[in-house]
Amino acid sequence: MALVLNEEQQMLKESAKGFLQENAPVEALRSLRDERDATGYSKDLWQQMAEMGWAGILVDEAHGGLEFGHVGMGQVMEENGRTLTASPLLSTAVLGASAISIGGNEAQKSALLPAIVEGKLVTALAVDGGSRHKPTRTGVTAEKSGDGYSLSGEKQFVIDGHVADKIIASARTSGNEGDTDGITLFIIDVDTQGLEIERVIMADSINSAIICFSGVAVTAENILGEADKGLAVLQQVLDIGNAHLSAELLGLSQEVLERTVTYMKERRQYGALIGSYQGLQHRAAHLFSEIELAKSVVLKVLQALDEDDGESRDSNVALLASLAKAKASEVATLATNEGVQLHGGIGMTDELDIGFFMKRARVAEQLLGDQRFHMNRFAAINGY
Amino acid sequence: MADLDTFRTETRAWLNANCPPTQCTPSEEFEDTCWGGTKWRFTNPEQKTWLDVMAERGWTAPEWPAEYGGGGLDREQAKILYQEMARIGARTPLFSMGLSMIGPALLKYGTEAQKQQHIPNIVAGKIWWCQGYSEPNFGSDLAGLQTRAEDKGDHYIINGQKVWTSYANMADWMFCLVRTDPDAAKHAGISLVLFDMSQPGVTVKPIPLISGKSPFCETFLDDVRADKDQLVGQVNKGWELATYLLTHERAMIGNMGQSTAIVKSLNEHAVEQVGLENGILADSALRADITSWLMDDMAFQLTAERLGDETKAGTGTGAASSMLKYAGTENNKRRHELMLGIHGTQALAWEGEAFKDGQMASVWLRTKGNTIEGGTSEIQLNIISKRILGLGEK
Repeated sequence: MALVLNEEQQMLKESAKGFLQENAPVEALRSLRDERDATGYSKDLWQQMAEMGWAGILVDEAHGGLEFGHVGMGQVMEENGRTLTASPLLSTAVLGASAISIGGNEAQKSALLPAIVEGKLVTALAVDGGSRHKPTRTGVTAEKSGDGYSLSGEKQFVIDGHVADKIIASARTSGNEGDTDGITLFIIDVDTQGLEIERVIMADSINSAIICFSGVAVTAENILGEADKGLAVLQQVLDIGNAHLSAELLGLSQEVLERTVTYMKERRQYGALIGSYQGLQHRAAHLFSEIELAKSVVLKVLQALDEDDGESRDSNVALLASLAKAKASEVATLATNEGVQLHGGIGMTDELDIGFFMKRARVAEQLLGDQRFHMNRFAAINGY
Repeated sequence: MADLDTFRTETRAWLNANCPPTQCTPSEEFEDTCWGGTKWRFTNPEQKTWLDVMAERGWTAPEWPAEYGGGGLDREQAKILYQEMARIGARTPLFSMGLSMIGPALLKYGTEAQKQQHIPNIVAGKIWWCQGYSEPNFGSDLAGLQTRAEDKGDHYIINGQKVWTSYANMADWMFCLVRTDPDAAKHAGISLVLFDMSQPGVTVKPIPLISGKSPFCETFLDDVRADKDQLVGQVNKGWELATYLLTHERAMIGNMGQSTAIVKSLNEHAVEQVGLENGILADSALRADITSWLMDDMAFQLTAERLGDETKAGTGTGAASSMLKYAGTENNKRRHELMLGIHGTQALAWEGEAFKDGQMASVWLRTKGNTIEGGTSEIQLNIISKRILGLGEK
């Protein structure tokens, strides 16, 4: 397959760009932050996004989705990285829709997926028990209790946790923390007794929460997929999440480079535009080159996800997902650091948007594993 | 898609049947990849067989038109061929500046007679081409070149000196940038001509390098003759061709030594030399460095593929070759620094059979030239700044 977008994917990218730039530029995130908005995103905007089909890009047609694939969703995510639009796109349309599509039974799919597509259901994926990503450390234990389980423990940094209708949480049903077996995924209503959700304001002003489980009673019907075998489903969902976070980081990096280059063509020092100085030009050109590398690995993993039929799944998707996340994270760190440096003092001010990009980059990098996590995973997959 | 599947099946079967055993082992030395030409000495008969059977199908130049001996494949078929070659570790049957540089230029700018004369010989590896570009005082500032070509009616007489001419001592023909109008502005008086290196007046002197090898030469041109029908494109319009050729040269240098099909992966070298502890490379700092390099290498390979696909789709940008040249050569230098780290002191042994006479050190040192030849890394960054980012105005 050619490593380029097809016509429909290109059209989606352009329409996403137009919509987000017009309706939800960085100023929108700034307002949500400054007004300490309780929801953390605009529900009207999310409704509009759902009406355009974005919430259902990854959902199959049988459940009301567009079934447009990961390359398509990746283009929306990339454009979203340019505007830093706050919405449940990642938590629900990417992570929630994927988790339910991959792990869910037909009853769960038909109950939940159409509601996601319509923008009426927000989900939050609760993975990590600590502040460093490690999918085998769930932080929550599920003890057998009658026909069901009782969940206790804590989840950290759950995206959209405080605004979600349903939490999809991994919990340890057997074995010890660190084991690959014995993890089960549960899907739980937020109003279930014993569940306590506390919003955490993060540096990037994008929603996050800590969720406490104090003897939360669930039944077998709450299980997503197979008991004790949840890691396999979770791992696929994490690969998908990392691919789309990489797309977001790519868009973000490109936006920072473009804004920085624009500034270099406006700002004068020593009687000349600073963009005429070779010392600065080479930093921008190096960044350009690194972004080109990131573009390729991001498109590759998105295409690989679309070709992945789930059954004959080999380690290729995992390898490409880790490659994309590691490289996109490295490049986003470089882009935002250079963005501030090349802007000079003004780059340090809250007035300029560059800081928003830097903050979002670091949070997105940490989510679901940072550059080093994915370098380690890449090495392990390669057997060294 | 069905056609491509059939093509893949047939290609796989043909390669299995025709790639000789020695030609699907990792290429370790310069001589392991055939450069062709009249002075080439095949390392074994199988190297010649491999060249001949591939050339017969035009698969030394898979995407060139079949009417001139090329493979006539489209890009998707060519990708399948490369993938299938990589699958069995088949070596590139022929590597040359004919294939990577002057061939594409002739196909684009050459006359019908030039194509018929030169292209089939390039495909078959019969002629070794060298490139007469840099001069002693004109390296990065190539357009200032002073080698003079005087119009003598049906031919030119050329006088001047070229330097850094790769393998001029092995070459049969040269494609050479010459000044045909000394009064014009520096970019406007340059032409590209082809001539036979075996004529009197061509003197070649290899330059010993830090690597202990002499792949580059000084080339002295005293009253050298180039027939008028060997002028490529229009007279005084050679700079356009020069930049076109530099684009191809950058792509070639950027890709050099990078094909994962023919080199053992760095992590395999490391596992052999350092060993594993609980499945993890015993040197964790080295492991991180290798991973970083492998990721950049994969990203580079995918970028070369993507930019190639974009060019085919008509959405590419010309300055992309600068990015590839920059990233590819910087990566290649890192690769060989890591090879020293992996192999330790033995990598720096200079003589002795056990060390293949300093093979590893020699290759490591040679890569230092990658970010200089064909336009330095800094020149590539200048090009990206100017042409892509639009920086430069004061």
